[in-house]
Amino acid sequence: MHMNILSCTAAELGEAIREGRTDAMEAMRAVLEQIDKTEEEYHCYVTLDREGALERAARVQRRIEAGELTGPLAGVPMAVKDNLCTAGMRTTCASRMLENFVPSYTAEALLNLERAGAVLIGKTNMDEFAMGSTTETSYFGVTRNPENTEHVPGGSSGGSAAAVAGKECFFALGSDTGGSIRQPASYCGVVGMKPTYGTVSRYGLIAYGSSLDQIGPLTKDVRDCAVVLEAMASHDEKDSTSVKREDMDFTAGLLEDVEGMRIGIPRDYFGEGISDEVKCAVLGAAECLREQGALVEEFDLSLTEYAIPAYYTIAAAEASSNLERFDGVKYGYRAPGEEGLHAMYKRTRSEGFGPEVKRRIMLGSFVLSSGYYDAYYLKALRVKNLIKQAFDKAFSRFDVILGPVAPATAPRLGESLGDPLKMYLGDIYTIAVNLAGLPAISLPCGRDGRGLPIGLQLIGDCFQEKTLLRAAYTWEQRAKSTSGRAVSRPGGLAE
Amino acid sequence: MRGNMGKEYETVIGLEVHVELATRTKIFCGCSTAFGGAPNTHTCPVCAGMPGALPVLNRRVVEYAMAVGLALNCDIVRDCKFDRKNYFYPDNPQNYQISQLYLPICRDGFVEIETAGGSRRVGIHEIHMEEDAGKLIHDEWEDCSLVDYNRSGVPLIEIVSRPDLRSAEEVMAYLEQLRLTIQYLGASDCKLQEGSMRADVNLSVRETGASEFGTRTEMKNLNSFRSVRRAIENERERQIDLLEAGEEVVQETRRWDDERECSYPMRSKEDARDYRYFPDPDLPPVYISQGWLEEIRDRQPELPWEKRKRYGEEYGIPDNDIEIITGSRRLAELFEGASALCGQPKKVSNWLMVETQRLLKEQGMEPEDIRFSPEHLAGLVKLAEKGEINSTVAKEVFQAMFDRDVDPESYVEEQGLRTVNDEGALKKTVEEVIAANPRSVEDYRNGKEKAMGFLVGQTMKAMKGKADPGSVNRLLKELLQHWKMD
Repeated sequence: MHMNILSCTAAELGEAIREGRTDAMEAMRAVLEQIDKTEEEYHCYVTLDREGALERAARVQRRIEAGELTGPLAGVPMAVKDNLCTAGMRTTCASRMLENFVPSYTAEALLNLERAGAVLIGKTNMDEFAMGSTTETSYFGVTRNPENTEHVPGGSSGGSAAAVAGKECFFALGSDTGGSIRQPASYCGVVGMKPTYGTVSRYGLIAYGSSLDQIGPLTKDVRDCAVVLEAMASHDEKDSTSVKREDMDFTAGLLEDVEGMRIGIPRDYFGEGISDEVKCAVLGAAECLREQGALVEEFDLSLTEYAIPAYYTIAAAEASSNLERFDGVKYGYRAPGEEGLHAMYKRTRSEGFGPEVKRRIMLGSFVLSSGYYDAYYLKALRVKNLIKQAFDKAFSRFDVILGPVAPATAPRLGESLGDPLKMYLGDIYTIAVNLAGLPAISLPCGRDGRGLPIGLQLIGDCFQEKTLLRAAYTWEQRAKSTSGRAVSRPGGLAE
Repeated sequence: MRGNMGKEYETVIGLEVHVELATRTKIFCGCSTAFGGAPNTHTCPVCAGMPGALPVLNRRVVEYAMAVGLALNCDIVRDCKFDRKNYFYPDNPQNYQISQLYLPICRDGFVEIETAGGSRRVGIHEIHMEEDAGKLIHDEWEDCSLVDYNRSGVPLIEIVSRPDLRSAEEVMAYLEQLRLTIQYLGASDCKLQEGSMRADVNLSVRETGASEFGTRTEMKNLNSFRSVRRAIENERERQIDLLEAGEEVVQETRRWDDERECSYPMRSKEDARDYRYFPDPDLPPVYISQGWLEEIRDRQPELPWEKRKRYGEEYGIPDNDIEIITGSRRLAELFEGASALCGQPKKVSNWLMVETQRLLKEQGMEPEDIRFSPEHLAGLVKLAEKGEINSTVAKEVFQAMFDRDVDPESYVEEQGLRTVNDEGALKKTVEEVIAANPRSVEDYRNGKEKAMGFLVGQTMKAMKGKADPGSVNRLLKELLQHWKMD
């Protein structure tokens, strides 16, 4: 009987490869077969490199056999969000602007994973330049949610979340500026983590909001999340915002033990706008952790309503500047036939960017323009500081803050783009984490009446990923053993 | 300055001086700052503005900026920040320049300048760090523009003065003082012609005694001290003419045309750009610790005005010599080094003031380009002092030193230039010269002093220049007195 490779987690697959029960080539072939079956429907990938993936897998397998690669991810196929630069493989940010852009270097986070032996399959779909919450703003078309293909996978890392949920990879990388890892993870029923700002190098991540962007893993379970983060995180001298940490042994947090852990439930996160089903599932998870010995208490976090305007001001301001380099001069799209420089700039950017990107560039340019800078941008920075203080206060009382990831489960395709303001409001529970630079994890906690996954969010103080992982792991283990309903149970390795 | 209507006008000038720092690598990446190089060879993803690349601040840039700030009596801002200045132009690959607006590294300093009118203090508003842009090359033949990013990311500091300057002469003195100070610090070579020092001039005029400033213009593209002076004179006259004609000065940026010696408007205040400055989120604030600041303070070299004072007290050389020698870091180093080695500061100064200046001028060189070492200059002074070479030979040796930095000792040896102190040999030569030139001997005896010079010259020639002229003179006189004509 064949091993069911696809139902393995990344860690299980890595172990099977190390033990010789399968190899990197076989794993890659299994994933590519799955992609052949489902990719036409899901459209998780912008760029698939089948031949290259097999060659890379073969090279890694040789190094595994030579004893050079012994880590837990050696030989494991991975997918990478298309805003992380890959040398020699086009990196589009799901934009017409970069449709044919091939970087000369690879993002540091990805290099770290490649050093650990993980094998790149291809680049995943996303909202254009990571701006959006549904992956519908992609120039290359929508991605469908494998849990229900009439629904969006969330965004902006929708392709990565869908690829993990649809077994088109064993884990994926995403980036999270305001919830772009956690929200699609929640919509697709997988695990996603946004680490503390500075934990993973941003070198090679095409910036959206530089002070908020952080790369993180999307995985099948909590163990994989810790394993991938451990392999990916590093202090990088090429990124001035990278933090030197001594505590990056994240897998040490994989303990089923929340005895005495202080968990705070912000009342602000369960007010108007949240669906009853989401509320019920999330509070159910809190109850479960309380039964395991955690001290659960409600509290008022405050300032929640200011997070969205502050976030869209800061992120748009940074984006308006970060995206200036896409001008048709050096690389990427250039509008044909224009004579003058400024006409060329205008047409290139009008045609190269989609409407959501242009909206945010305009918003950002406005809030930075002279006369408005103090009233908008500086005020937003002050709000950001106040939000950080509110979290500091909360973390003097609690080890973990528990809440929903999003007010509702995945919307239907086409439902969101018509009302951007409503779409922005959907980020209410995730963006404060980015403003404060905190780590947070999203993990499945049941399904709604239509069978769509619901996400549980755990937020920790800076550098407290291990505490988060401990709470998350405990919940995951309890959920598995009680109903098996909350987590798509990873299959064992049958002989 | 008097206008046609008899009014007196005062010129008010503030300067923005850009100085390219002498770091080996660029401000935010490891690329070389070396001048020249094939286009786009000193580039990487960071300075070419590739997506996903991030800046990392070069520590040396901060140290040079601190050193200049301390020398110009500034307060050092201990947690300064970088801001992005956003504007679209292809010479800037990111379409924003990383600069400092809100919290520049240095503030509130001053410079003392000396002019014919005496000593004056010019306020420094601020000094900030920023990156240079690339270079656009317009290819008329192919009808296209090309861009070279080799200069992109080369570190600059911008020194912004207060509007304290009142004349072209003061501006010259101010620029000269900045140049000299920064050269002493080793922070830049400050060459206006090569663009490592650039000045923008903000200028307005007002009636003498007025308390309000007039409307100012900003003048760009000033590539030499001379064009700065010409542009100031020209702009002052232009503004006075406007005012006298009852017109208003328009606040605008103007471009100086050095060939036609006039300026043209570039852009007015109305279409002034909105740079949308904001703190660069890729660069955390630069925290300057007390320890770091002290380290830089301790490393500060002796500055020109300090040297001038000490030279006057220690060396007893003329003020003019002090002025010239301290006017170049290289000359000052040569002077101090050579004087310490030979103990003859006046002699050393003399070489630097006369022969060195002559050769520099002749060869169109700057003092900074001098090749010979203080050791060799000291060696030459010693040789001459001991009488081992005469002054003519010394000049010849100096020329060789100036050209090729030869060791005077071994050069004199190799070339056989040592003065012959063998009285017997000299006497023999003098006798031969007298015997061979009866006409001149006759002339001398008949009181023609000029004939003596000729005989000395002939003797020196016969000795191949290696005789001591004093001894030759003495011997000739002695021998001629007793010479019997055959």
